[in-house]
Amino acid sequence: MSGEIRLRTPLSREDVEPLRSGELVLISGVLYTARDAAHARMAAALDAGEPLPFDPEGQVIYFVGPAPARPGHPIGPAGPTTASRMDPYSPLLIERGLRGMIGKGKRSQAVKEAMREHGCVYFGAVEGTAALLARRVKEAEIVAYEDLGPEAIRRLVVEDFPAVVVNDLHGGDLYEEGRARWRRAG
Amino acid sequence: MREVPAETITRVVRELCIEANTCLREDHLSALRRAFEEERSPLGREVIRQLLENARVACSERVAFCQDTGYAVFFVELGQEVRITGGTLQQAVDEGVRQGYREGYLRKSIVESPLRRDNTGDNTPAIVYCEPVPGERLRMTMLVKGAGCDNASAIKMLTPAEGVEAMKCFVVETVERAGPNASPPLTVGVGLGGTFEKAAMLAKKALVRTSGEPHPDPEVAALERELLREINATGIGPAGYGGTVTALAVHIETHPTHIAAFPVAVNIDCHSHRVREAVL
Repeated sequence: MSGEIRLRTPLSREDVEPLRSGELVLISGVLYTARDAAHARMAAALDAGEPLPFDPEGQVIYFVGPAPARPGHPIGPAGPTTASRMDPYSPLLIERGLRGMIGKGKRSQAVKEAMREHGCVYFGAVEGTAALLARRVKEAEIVAYEDLGPEAIRRLVVEDFPAVVVNDLHGGDLYEEGRARWRRAG
Repeated sequence: MREVPAETITRVVRELCIEANTCLREDHLSALRRAFEEERSPLGREVIRQLLENARVACSERVAFCQDTGYAVFFVELGQEVRITGGTLQQAVDEGVRQGYREGYLRKSIVESPLRRDNTGDNTPAIVYCEPVPGERLRMTMLVKGAGCDNASAIKMLTPAEGVEAMKCFVVETVERAGPNASPPLTVGVGLGGTFEKAAMLAKKALVRTSGEPHPDPEVAALERELLREINATGIGPAGYGGTVTALAVHIETHPTHIAAFPVAVNIDCHSHRVREAVL
């Protein structure tokens, strides 16, 4: 396993260019949370010519719907959700400068192409490590769509949030490479 | 006739909800520890190490180990000599889910209509399968079912001529199609026989068995071993990052079927395998 690379958001194209699939990263700074319903609303806002709740330029979206926070904690358990459900919407945000996404599971060809064209990286966080990942979240506040409950858009401040590069800007895909490496003849 | 107050059921369900979501069951922890020893990919081992660490922290702090605290599914064996007083079984279970999900700080993930999609706010209604059995006991098995892995499940009506080979292909293909999305290492539940809906129910019920415990019928147990080997040969690995452990267990349940039918259903569970049981 390769060593850990430290990233601080917001990210520039130069920050994400050198990353390669399979590399471990620790992300610090701001992440925005959004999942299915929030993405649908952002797409509708763009359709209607309205502004987005945050400017995606240089930002990283974390696909998560956290559990409620216990008193004294900024957030409840918060692991990644299946990213493919966001595939219909992600290119709209990538075209507007989104530099990173954190989730679990495969992305569509259209998303991967948009990522390569505009300079955006897809990171995997280990699904089902929600209690550990929540410890890396230092602050959390709802910035939009509060009525969506766990699906509201939150602004998180994270420290050393662990992730792995799944899709890089050079066609690298950890899911395909990992599987090819460990597949055995049946 | 034995009387069981609805509020007793509610209290037990409340505890099951919190317990199932915060502490991984011992048989599943053991399966993960074995997987950590068996996994050959370093990244795969790191994933399992994090899963075990997460389970330890979640249980000691009494927080959910996965943020998707799922749909609350109950398999209830209701003794025919039992009379529930002060409410219906569904009401009693729903109230337990309502309390457990609120007091356990668990995520409410249920929308009232698949079309309108407004959150019910309390994770109800629960899904309750009730089977009448002889006697005066009430056994409840709770399965917390996340959607990422449930979405990866599938059913197929095979013909008898297509047979066992087609069934095995379908199971392995379903896991391959699920890939990283279903959060491996998986528990794979397979339902064979019955009717269209019976097979799906069996596939889900197969998930609640003790992890890796073989089916009592040796022919079925052999199929479980064979399917597990084939699934682990796919290379998908922990979190889908590549590796030699894609599933921890394959559990098959069977039921008599029609001369013209061979239904096969595959219900997949992620590594956050949440099952608890109580007997009243």
